[in-house]
Amino acid sequence: MKELYIEAKDENLNQVLAFVDEQLEAYDCPMKTQMQVDIAVEEIFVNIAHYAYEPSKGSATIRAEVTEDPLSVSLTFVDNGTPYDPLAKEDPDITLTAEDRQIGGLGIFMVKKSMDDISYEYKDGQNILTIKKNL
Amino acid sequence: MLEINKKVDGTALTIMLTGRLDTTTAPELEEVINSSISGVESLKFDVSNMEYISSAGLRILLSAQKVMNKQGEMKVLHPSDDVKEIFEVTGFSDILSIED
Repeated sequence: MKELYIEAKDENLNQVLAFVDEQLEAYDCPMKTQMQVDIAVEEIFVNIAHYAYEPSKGSATIRAEVTEDPLSVSLTFVDNGTPYDPLAKEDPDITLTAEDRQIGGLGIFMVKKSMDDISYEYKDGQNILTIKKNL
Repeated sequence: MLEINKKVDGTALTIMLTGRLDTTTAPELEEVINSSISGVESLKFDVSNMEYISSAGLRILLSAQKVMNKQGEMKVLHPSDDVKEIFEVTGFSDILSIED
């Protein structure tokens, strides 16, 4: 298992993505899978950066583990911010017109749709969100 | 990394996007749109070389669509299959006019 401890801010997104992509590099996974994983990582990390410690700032830990049979990557995001279960949020209504569409909640919705498994727990003062994607 | 190229032809504006439209790059596109959308009646995004879009990018397209609903039309041209799937999953294929 590899781990990255980093200040949760937008400017660090590319560093987080580089860390995750590095774990996947050896497995020659399809471009589409790579993109879906990147999007999930972006949406979750940016959510932490924007909301977890608001109005202050804080850090996030990202743990990555690739397991075989079936080949899959598991990514865990940990922060010490305000307790927040993104899975409890209602899915956005994606049938509304452009005028009525809200962008809030769309990111986590994309994560739910593209990952094979997603789970949340709040433990010891930490938000722990884990996503899993078959490669 | 996102490369943004503009082509203006009278009241028609085409914006060509190459690379990744994400949290980091979306503000650059937003700035380009805000500074050039006034008076535009036909706005086209050529996304044939856009390889990635997250919700931050979708937000920009949605707000451009809202502006263009009032002043003309907007089209999104040539998305890759993977990007098209994102438009479909998020319901954006119903609010954007997408051409292959």
